Amino acid sequence: MIALEVLGCGPLALVQDLGRPGLAAVGVSHSGAADRRSHELANRLLANPVDHATLEISMGGFAARVHGGAVDIAVTGADAHPAADGIPFGINSIHHIRDGQIVSMGLPDAGLRSYVGVRGGIAVPPVLGSRSFDTMSGIGPRPLRPGDIVPIGAPAEAFPAVDQAPVGPISAGQVNLRVIAGPRESWFFDPDALVCTEWTVSEHSDRVGVRLAGAPLRHRWPERQLPSEGATRGAIQVPPNGQPVILGPDHPVTGGYPVIGVVIDADTDKLAQLRPGQPVRLRWNRPRIAAATPAGW
Amino acid sequence: MRTAIRDYGDRALLIEFGSTADVLAFADAVRDARLPGVTDVVPGARTVLLHLSEPNGQASVRAALAALHVSRRSALPEAGQVDLVIDVIYDGADLAEVADRVGMDVDRVVQAHTGTPWRVGFGGFAPGFAYLVGGDPRLVVPRRSEPRTRVPAGSVGLAGEFSGVYPRESPGGWQLIGRTEAVLWDIARPQPALLAPGMWVRFRSAATS
Repeated sequence: MIALEVLGCGPLALVQDLGRPGLAAVGVSHSGAADRRSHELANRLLANPVDHATLEISMGGFAARVHGGAVDIAVTGADAHPAADGIPFGINSIHHIRDGQIVSMGLPDAGLRSYVGVRGGIAVPPVLGSRSFDTMSGIGPRPLRPGDIVPIGAPAEAFPAVDQAPVGPISAGQVNLRVIAGPRESWFFDPDALVCTEWTVSEHSDRVGVRLAGAPLRHRWPERQLPSEGATRGAIQVPPNGQPVILGPDHPVTGGYPVIGVVIDADTDKLAQLRPGQPVRLRWNRPRIAAATPAGW
Repeated sequence: MRTAIRDYGDRALLIEFGSTADVLAFADAVRDARLPGVTDVVPGARTVLLHLSEPNGQASVRAALAALHVSRRSALPEAGQVDLVIDVIYDGADLAEVADRVGMDVDRVVQAHTGTPWRVGFGGFAPGFAYLVGGDPRLVVPRRSEPRTRVPAGSVGLAGEFSGVYPRESPGGWQLIGRTEAVLWDIARPQPALLAPGMWVRFRSAATS
């Protein structure tokens, strides 16, 4: 069996795939790769199905030795300067690692999360149909630790078609995110304050949510309690302190804070690469109008 | 019954209702219809959120929903016809305070909690946790002003109009009235959650062991 022996993990190294859809009604979050596009790119480069598990490495620092044979790997997402036995290789490309070689990563210059894909996929046993670790509920394979032996699956019959993918760099500066207003924008005095404020990513950000700091948004009815309602990744919840939280993959399935707007699906992957202190601007993706259709539609 | 349907970003729809019973009837109908493009159905207290498989698929799902038949088979079950009975030892730390707040003695609170069937409304907070609705309307109490940092698994509580059972040890602000041995969440079971939306549940007072 081919396996990775984990030698170093950095701040957080997790197994992730495309998550556990369909279980929200019993309280299980979707979870899955925070930056789905990078996760899927790693799999595509390796000719894996896109739902094969990869390693999601936050702020680099990962190292592992390959045992039992040679493997092809691809590193995507934040460029943490991957190397094989100390010799650097590029991200967004396939690299052949021989039995006994050590793959290691440094610190990314920009972005937060790197994805390590291996041809055949990370083959830890799935839990409720997924190999993702849900940091909020603790479901799935626990975070990696040095000494862990991570099994690699059998490769697919398809062979990699390209050895490199063109990918734009991850921004270290201001990030713009497109937002659709609502469903609860009427709960705020001035919903447009969301798109007029210069926000900064708070250090209290994780896979549950990215917290923004800036001039507080003002609730129209501070005493009113919204009955709990379902949420998705990208939903911008505003707690009583007026500082928005953009929900990530491990968000609670329901919540009672009003959602002023929702980041469009394509931009939620950018959330995964935001670092504390980074400036964020939000923009309405379409003109803000009263969104509700009257009864009867 | 449904009062509005709203876009929730570009990959979900939020449908609003006047009551949790309407929410459950609609959620049942959507699940049974297996609408193409809908990947998750999330009931809330007054809403159902539909996760969609692709961005910008809202128009076709809206059209399918307009043609959806929702039956109102959510009337109260006949006496004793609940899906599940949960045995509870009523010795919770907040039982006396709850009795005080609702103006009953402790025995009456237990009678009220066990006398009316509850319905599983919606999930959240933790895997296996369910907000139970439709119980005795006298049992409405606020959350504790100071949440506890540690509530043991199996604790039975009240908050607002809801009752619930903590599936695992966690922090919590509900008023605790008892405890149960029932296992609310077990990942090794084919259906890990004991309580699924729409189920009817009755609590039964068990002798102190």
